[in-house]
Amino acid sequence: MRASEIRALFSVASRPEVVSLAGGMPYIGGLPLEEIGDMMRRLIVEHGERALQYGSGQGDETLREYITEVMALEGISAHPDDVVVTTGSQQALDLVTTIFINPGDVVVAEAPSYVGALGVFRSHEAEVVHTPMDADGLIPEDLESTLAALKAAGKRVKFLYTVPNFHNPGGVTLSLERRPQVLEICAKYGVLVLEDNPYGLLGFEGEPLPAMRSMSEEGVIYLGSFSKTFAPGFRVGWAVAPHAVREKLVLASEAAILCPSNASQMAIAAYLAHSDWRGQIKKFREQYRERRDSMLRALEEYMPYASWNVPDGGFYVWVKLPEGLDAKSMLPRAVTGRVAYVPGTAFYFDGQGSSHIRLSYCYPTPEAIREGVRRLAGVIDDELETVKIFGPSGRKPSGVVDFPSPDIA
Amino acid sequence: MRVVILAGGMSHERDVSVRSGRRIQEALRQRGVKTAVHDLDATVTDTLSNLDGAVVWPLLHGAAGEDGAVQALLELTGVPYVGTSSDAARVAWSKPIAKTLMRGEGVATPDSATLPQTLFRDVGAERVLDALAERFGFPLVVKPARGGSALGVSLVTERDELSRAMVHCFAYCDVALIEHALTGTEVAVSVVGTGAEARVLPIVEIVSNGPYDYDARYNAGRVEYFAPARLSESEADSVRQTALKIHASFGLRDYSRVDMMIEDGVPNVFDINIAPGMTETSLYPQAVTASGLDLGEMLERIATQALERGV
Repeated sequence: MRASEIRALFSVASRPEVVSLAGGMPYIGGLPLEEIGDMMRRLIVEHGERALQYGSGQGDETLREYITEVMALEGISAHPDDVVVTTGSQQALDLVTTIFINPGDVVVAEAPSYVGALGVFRSHEAEVVHTPMDADGLIPEDLESTLAALKAAGKRVKFLYTVPNFHNPGGVTLSLERRPQVLEICAKYGVLVLEDNPYGLLGFEGEPLPAMRSMSEEGVIYLGSFSKTFAPGFRVGWAVAPHAVREKLVLASEAAILCPSNASQMAIAAYLAHSDWRGQIKKFREQYRERRDSMLRALEEYMPYASWNVPDGGFYVWVKLPEGLDAKSMLPRAVTGRVAYVPGTAFYFDGQGSSHIRLSYCYPTPEAIREGVRRLAGVIDDELETVKIFGPSGRKPSGVVDFPSPDIA
Repeated sequence: MRVVILAGGMSHERDVSVRSGRRIQEALRQRGVKTAVHDLDATVTDTLSNLDGAVVWPLLHGAAGEDGAVQALLELTGVPYVGTSSDAARVAWSKPIAKTLMRGEGVATPDSATLPQTLFRDVGAERVLDALAERFGFPLVVKPARGGSALGVSLVTERDELSRAMVHCFAYCDVALIEHALTGTEVAVSVVGTGAEARVLPIVEIVSNGPYDYDARYNAGRVEYFAPARLSESEADSVRQTALKIHASFGLRDYSRVDMMIEDGVPNVFDINIAPGMTETSLYPQAVTASGLDLGEMLERIATQALERGV
């Protein structure tokens, strides 16, 4: 994996003068810090000898019980013993890949897919094959033909990696009707489903859809996280897997880190026990809805020539650029224009995606979002002028995965 | 002595500058020099008016740092600082203007054409691109007229790639420099000192796997460096004389790096850097190390020179 020009250009995005619509950082400004601070103090004073000590490789039992309660909100019924706590769900993703993937094995992923996952798959030398999505998520018919073609070509497909709710970067959600269809197709081809669900509770309308894990216990490995529903800083995520897989995950986790942070886990358990965490999630939803609305209004006003999905939850809008523009080529101009976005190429294994960009509305204020989109429109205008003069700027897809840093993944 | 390092900025090379700043801060710290690093932002003028005898080391790369803007600010504020003055920097920063001056001094530099995007817009692109292809042949190089770290630079090997190279270049800068592509030995020549006291540090030879682009420069693995460069004594001497000539005729101060390609025994200059990179993979620190000096010691000397020179 190589850091490239792209990653270096993002260094400018950290300056406050730049409106970064590239960030995947949740807005945690509204968290009750006094309350959490008191909890942390009590945790160390009253339970410090446990909190500051090594813990179980599988994770703190009390927290695992709470995790089953959190997952129940999305229809999952699991036993605390089915849960493996990890250092962020990113680590869970890495461990699952470690135990399943040999170099050359295939992972099927949505088109586009989460950049953090692509980085993991690439680092384990998997081959990633993308399969199309539309406004309702993965298209089952296309998934079937992808799997059939791979089988015919003698490829070993180990799992389907999916982010079914408020997809990063696509913004779409896998419809209820399609969920059992996808599960059936994967079962038919002997392919596990790796369900990555950080945003499921952050929808703006109605109730969360039932998780795929709630429809199939043996066919799905479920990844969950507190990063967006609470805060990322503690680095606590988890995997729920069938028994045989779970045993191996624990061994792999112990080999990697010995055990996840006791202090972090106990802090989150205390938060879940004593704080109105459901109310906080509601607050987050409202905050993100307001930001989404600001972004959509600004897009309509400043960039009517582009097209985009309307997400009804999560953090991202997936924007299609006007014909002839290349999202990567345009990035230096955006830096000059004091706005940042993530080029669509980051979200594909094979270099596609240059006609799209991902815009995040999670972090900046609604006013800053509006200003960011206004600046971006100016950048696009300037780039369009250049493209008008010279013709489309499309590059040959390079083999390098641009792997942005965690705060923009 | 106290050194206030200005690093970061908002150019495309911010990341390189941040890393350069950290490295020279660490090197100076190990010599017992008190240092502080400051970004070029709304609070910098406060810092500059409270220097208390410190010397400023502007290590911003790209525009603002190497085009004379930050130097002009320092001159206006009346503080001592390391490196070339604002007027001289402005000339060195603009590749086309620098090349004109070089040719006037009898220094070899690749044949080139300088074209702003507005010209293409006004007269149409295809015929101009054809004319460029006719004049330079392939491979040729397209680069921003003002820029660094190989950002926006394309080595174009066929006519079909030329439009894309222009679009890539114009995303960085509104004026393009198209140059004949040199082949030969690539060297980086680091100079320390000012005027008659300037001297050349060991020449660093660059052998890159693939183009010496941004990725090759700042990520270890793709480039092999030879310091001192594997040149004949007469080639090395010619290179040294060329660097000193540039350093003198452009009025460079304290330190600089001149990049050249030796083609058929002749050193051709293609870039002048008045705030050379100081990262772990940068060329100037390698030259210092090859000279047997500790980097911190060299940096301390340079800072002392600048402080003694005063305003």
